[in-house]
Amino acid sequence: MTIDKSMNVLIVDDYKTMLRIIRNLLKQIDFNNVEEACDGTDALVKLRAGNFGLVISDWNMAPMTGLELLQEVRQDPRLKTLPFIMITAESKTENVVAAKQAGVSNYIVKPFNAETLRGKIEKVLAHA
Amino acid sequence: MLDPAQLPQRLAALRENYPASNPDMVADVVRAILGTMRGDLTAQDASLLAEVEELAHTVATARAEIAALQADDINASHIPSATDELDAIVEHTAEATNIILECCETLDALGPTLTGEAAQAVQDVTTRVYEACGFQDITGQRITKVVATLQAIERKVAQIVEVFGRGARETAPSVAVTEDADGLLNGPQMPASAMGQSDIDALLASFD
Repeated sequence: MTIDKSMNVLIVDDYKTMLRIIRNLLKQIDFNNVEEACDGTDALVKLRAGNFGLVISDWNMAPMTGLELLQEVRQDPRLKTLPFIMITAESKTENVVAAKQAGVSNYIVKPFNAETLRGKIEKVLAHA
Repeated sequence: MLDPAQLPQRLAALRENYPASNPDMVADVVRAILGTMRGDLTAQDASLLAEVEELAHTVATARAEIAALQADDINASHIPSATDELDAIVEHTAEATNIILECCETLDALGPTLTGEAAQAVQDVTTRVYEACGFQDITGQRITKVVATLQAIERKVAQIVEVFGRGARETAPSVAVTEDADGLLNGPQMPASAMGQSDIDALLASFD
């Protein structure tokens, strides 16, 4: 199945350097329409206003965490099927379980490599 | 025989000296009771009261020792200094990381001007650098955890100083604490105990 790489992708993280890293890695795999948000609240505003095909979000942010953002997305009728990948340093079992129960599409633990990011994106979008 | 008139007078006099509750008051109250009861105590009662007096003396000694430590200096200078240093680390590593990323972006921009193996080699190298630069995120989060610990220590010290300190003291400024009612904000784990990507993939797959 061909993935539409022209889709809008929203990346969410409170560390600007991480946003830059993910943007550059996405660019290397031809995802060039990338927008950024610095926390869950900012991301939710952009998601509701825009037309995104994928969200890649950190977890540990304030005032709204990535998990809370995911929960909001899954409760919103317009956004509830949006592919959502969590990229986070939170690696405990209970974190993964909580994210899965909240409806995460996939979960990448930091530090991660480009191959993992590419693989998870392809897997998620193939099922979207 | 207990003289009821004397005890209230003695307690009232003590209250004048100690308008707010104070550990020293306990010792004086005990002495006041012992003095008033004049031999009407049993041996066991006397022993118990003596132990209470000793306890009050221990508390007073601890208070004096804590005051001698100048624990308020911890909040006044040591912890703020430490957290400033840690903030500086985060800032400097972010600056350095951004410079590295800028260099990689420049190399990536050269990609279309190269062909074949050279183009692939440049992309491979820049990819590895992007991956490595993720360290700044992890170190930043670990430092944030340390700062939160220091701030918790600062609050505890402020409480101790407030209870045992001399007169009114300036309390430590209130620090916003991220509410984490469900205990899911733990940050990066130590390498020996962290789940790797393959463990997480297996856990996710177990839900399917």
